[in-house]
Amino acid sequence: MSEKKWPETWQEVNPGCMVFRPGSASEYHTGSWRAKRPIWDNSKCIKCGVCYIFCPEGCIAEDADGFFVANFDYCKGCGICAHECWPKAIAMVNEED
Amino acid sequence: MGKRVGMEVAIASAEAAALCKFDVAAVYPITPQSHVAEHLSDIVNDGRVDASFITVESEHSALSSAMGAAATGARVVTATSSQGLLYMSEVMPITSAMRLPIVMLIANRAVSGPINIWNDHSDIMPMRDTGWISFFAENGQEVVDMTIQAFRVGEDRRVMLPVNVNMDGFQLTHMVEPIIMPDQEEVDRFLPSYIPYATLHPDKVVSMGTLGMPEIYAEAQKSKDVAIVNSIDVIREVWKEWEKQFGRKYEPIQAYRTEDAEIALMTMGSMGETAEIAVDELRKQGMKVGLLKIKLWRPFPFDDLRKAIKGIKVLAVTDRACSFGGPGGPVFSEIRSALYDVPKRPKIVNYIIGLGGRDVQVEDFMEMARKAAKGKLSEPYVFYGVRG
Repeated sequence: MSEKKWPETWQEVNPGCMVFRPGSASEYHTGSWRAKRPIWDNSKCIKCGVCYIFCPEGCIAEDADGFFVANFDYCKGCGICAHECWPKAIAMVNEED
Repeated sequence: MGKRVGMEVAIASAEAAALCKFDVAAVYPITPQSHVAEHLSDIVNDGRVDASFITVESEHSALSSAMGAAATGARVVTATSSQGLLYMSEVMPITSAMRLPIVMLIANRAVSGPINIWNDHSDIMPMRDTGWISFFAENGQEVVDMTIQAFRVGEDRRVMLPVNVNMDGFQLTHMVEPIIMPDQEEVDRFLPSYIPYATLHPDKVVSMGTLGMPEIYAEAQKSKDVAIVNSIDVIREVWKEWEKQFGRKYEPIQAYRTEDAEIALMTMGSMGETAEIAVDELRKQGMKVGLLKIKLWRPFPFDDLRKAIKGIKVLAVTDRACSFGGPGGPVFSEIRSALYDVPKRPKIVNYIIGLGGRDVQVEDFMEMARKAAKGKLSEPYVFYGVRG
């Protein structure tokens, strides 16, 4: 990455910590927070999109076949998708497993 | 040259804001600030300024909407008092962190409990560390002048900070005083149009109020501290210009008859004028006494204080708020700390006075000066005049 993630010194802090580069928050990969990851069982998935709607991170997207996948750069592993999935197609598994 | 008027000070403060052609007023009424809120509303309703008045549902909303308006580049005024200020407290440090130069008129009032609507400084003191510039006015003229100065200082590109103007509730807000109200042309000359550093605008993307993680939070706080510390140079510059244009002098600490004084009283706010009379009376009796009046509370004027105390043997600091279980009143503890490294410092004593609207008279200041001179204070701080 050519630009710094954050100002190196206090002198480089913009007044009011204003950020003039749109979308810069996407450079922060919240996926590193994850302890559990959602795994989809597409044989149970009915493609309703409830997981996509409820994901607070907005990191679930529809793939070419109409199933759903999470972007693990941003998925925090909160498990809301698994909790909301009523056909129970999503399981939360420990990262180290 | 301005017009000499007899005007209630609360009304005059709103008139001063109108002379500054504010764009937005977001205010929730509370005693003893209500006349400020009502009059700002009148001014907008009557079309005297091209502005919006936001009728908010609380003080928290008042300052929040003031911030939103300021972020779009508007010149914004708000006003509050006591519990209202405490309710704003969550938003106070965010306003300064976002470097939005809002001006807040504060009608200083005691905080509950017991419930009390009268004047002291217990509302503003907890706001000390929120990163706002704080002016303390002594009379109606200073309220008007400081309101206009506040916009000029806060909006200066070298400052970009919110400013609160403190006026004692009732003692100032509800008094009709003779005030020289500057002309519109004069104010226009002194206060240029506000050109914000950045504004929320769909065509020029900017994020304000962002997350500051551990890697950046400390640097952000340091940059805010440097901004308010350095603002004292701009305040001095603005006050010099004010004096040149309007003929009224402002200093961070104003001395009264301290040239050869050995004893000095110290006040902040409207009690300065009562203390002046006490100094005059004691001088007639041969006592070498003077008075120091703090006009600038934040940034704290360290240099001015160190110069002002030269030759003084006993300094009696008055406080109009308590720091329960602490080292004394908030003004006292700061004064003592500021002078710790000064080799020739006075003995410093603390009187807590005028709580919740308790009257403090000329005789009281005379008595405080006499007692301080005798060095007969048994405690580090004294609740002066408390029965029992």
